[in-house]
Amino acid sequence: MNIIVLVKQVPDTSEVKINRETNTLIRDGVPSIINPFDMYAVEEALRLREKHGGKVTAITMGPPQAAEALKEAVSLGVDDAVLLSDRAFAGADTWATSYALSQGIKKIAEYDLVIAGKQAIDGDTAQVGPETADMLGIPFVAYIRKIEQVEGNKMIAERLMDEGYDVVETSLPALITVVKEINQPRVPSFKGKMKAKNLKVTAWNAKDIGADDNKCGLKGSPTKVVRIFPPAPRGQREILTGSMEDQITTCVKKLKEQSFII
Amino acid sequence: MSVRIISDKCTACETCITACPFGASEMRDGKAFITEVCTMCGSCVEVCEFKAIERMEEATTPAVDLSAYKGVWVFAEQHKGDVASVALELLGEGRKLADKRKTKLSAVFIGHNIKSKAKDLIAHGADLVYLADDPALRDFNDDSYAAILTTLARKHKPEIILAGATAIGRSFFPKVASSLYTGLTADCTVLDIDAETGHLHQTRPAFGGNILATIVTPNHRPQMATVRHKVMKPAPRNDSRIGDIIEIPYTQAGDLRTRVIKTIEELGETVNICEADIIVAGGRGLGSAKNFHLIEELAKVLGGAVAATRGAVDEGWIPYPHQVGQTGKTVCPKLYIACGISGAIQHVAGMQSSEVIVAINRDPDAPIFNVATYGIVGDVHEVVPIMIKKIREMRG
Repeated sequence: MNIIVLVKQVPDTSEVKINRETNTLIRDGVPSIINPFDMYAVEEALRLREKHGGKVTAITMGPPQAAEALKEAVSLGVDDAVLLSDRAFAGADTWATSYALSQGIKKIAEYDLVIAGKQAIDGDTAQVGPETADMLGIPFVAYIRKIEQVEGNKMIAERLMDEGYDVVETSLPALITVVKEINQPRVPSFKGKMKAKNLKVTAWNAKDIGADDNKCGLKGSPTKVVRIFPPAPRGQREILTGSMEDQITTCVKKLKEQSFII
Repeated sequence: MSVRIISDKCTACETCITACPFGASEMRDGKAFITEVCTMCGSCVEVCEFKAIERMEEATTPAVDLSAYKGVWVFAEQHKGDVASVALELLGEGRKLADKRKTKLSAVFIGHNIKSKAKDLIAHGADLVYLADDPALRDFNDDSYAAILTTLARKHKPEIILAGATAIGRSFFPKVASSLYTGLTADCTVLDIDAETGHLHQTRPAFGGNILATIVTPNHRPQMATVRHKVMKPAPRNDSRIGDIIEIPYTQAGDLRTRVIKTIEELGETVNICEADIIVAGGRGLGSAKNFHLIEELAKVLGGAVAATRGAVDEGWIPYPHQVGQTGKTVCPKLYIACGISGAIQHVAGMQSSEVIVAINRDPDAPIFNVATYGIVGDVHEVVPIMIKKIREMRG
């Protein structure tokens, strides 16, 4: 079973702090990590390989330094890594990102399953998975929390929904996105780290994957960011005073005034 | 479009480095340098006191004839035949946009045995309902939902299509946007329309809610967005409103590639936290599964839903569908009571747009107090029982 995993290098948003005076993000010293949801995707791919054999390839689109994320994936046990990097890809929105990824995946050609995290923690759009699936012409199933069975060209899996879960059957090849419930990612092995260290990441540019320049990067992106700004500060804040009993009394009174207690 | 540093004017003050939300500005050879991570958002252009950064707009030509696209559409989601509350919120917001643009509001309604509910969509603001009612559409299916909407959009050319940022909306809307080669903006919290050009200004949080971005789709149509639940206001019901219902015959093209074998509801007696007006949430500060019942009791007294932080879920005190935060759900209730929650950035990202936030924590420096409307400094194990008692007393 050949599996392709989509990974994205993101700033560790848990390390991002806000400068309260300028209301801007402080990114100094913020490490770049593999999008946490993609770690579950990598882990699931490795588990499927252990069970069914085959090969796992990680692919990412990004600047040259995104190769670091691929090396991390290799240290975990991924067999092969592909970096899509080109100035032409810069400024891509989800449509143009999905276009580049789908071109890259078409070049890899042999795959039974594509796995991605449910969303990336910097943009939180959850769109690149389903858009890539559409461009590849394969079915898409979101929010997988458990793969029950893979047999022939069919897979049965549990899809987490807002009010519970669905058991879904899909034909393969397919693209799925996974949620954190699916597994507990492993840590890199020593052997894996050595392999990653010596790895020469395969790098493809727009021409290598036969991408149409007009569909890449900013030029190919239907959406444009016109403004970035800090959220308005939250309204009145009140740390209640007095004894604990007094604080609770005041709080309950306020909730009553605002009709939360009827 | 590109962002460029005018070297002569740059004083190396580094203000642009601080201002860039993407870390795309750095110093090279004593001048600011914009790296390829740049998304051309223009944050640096605004902050540069020396006018040393310019954003150059290249003349772009629309990919399609924009004037051929008219009307606002909403995807009216239903669950087991009942119109989802987010659909009514979208109709409320869609009505405002349509009125501002002096155009019609239509709803696309897909499911089985839902015909009788179509008039409810009209009562809540729709002028027209496209109804696809077929036994094959009983379960949500990415392929069939996307095929219906894509075909309708190609035929009728709406200017805008909105869906709820729900599990269903976020799963199949991207497929439609991909097929139509148009822009889709996820999880919007504010929408506004330029009455002249019809450009939809879509504002959404990013970086865990630390910044907001306004996004437009200038040259492609339809303009698509998913909208966060509970943010927009539903239009009041008006049964005297009139509108048309157009039935769309559904024919399945070939074999389905995916199908739902069964659906299991997991939340038992509790409600979906995304739908709740009142949420009581607990964190690791509660200390044990047993103490978590305190939270459930407070929620019960207030008629609210129970939520938790990642920490509490990881401890196994409550299942994952109750998790609020970056790796869980984003909620926006009218009241959120955070019990024994320190306020890690990942949790706050999922709840900070709640209307009123009450924080209970024994550490007065806990970051949760930064977003709290009312803060109670005290041990959650003592505070919650007293609170329950006082609410009961108040009710008599």
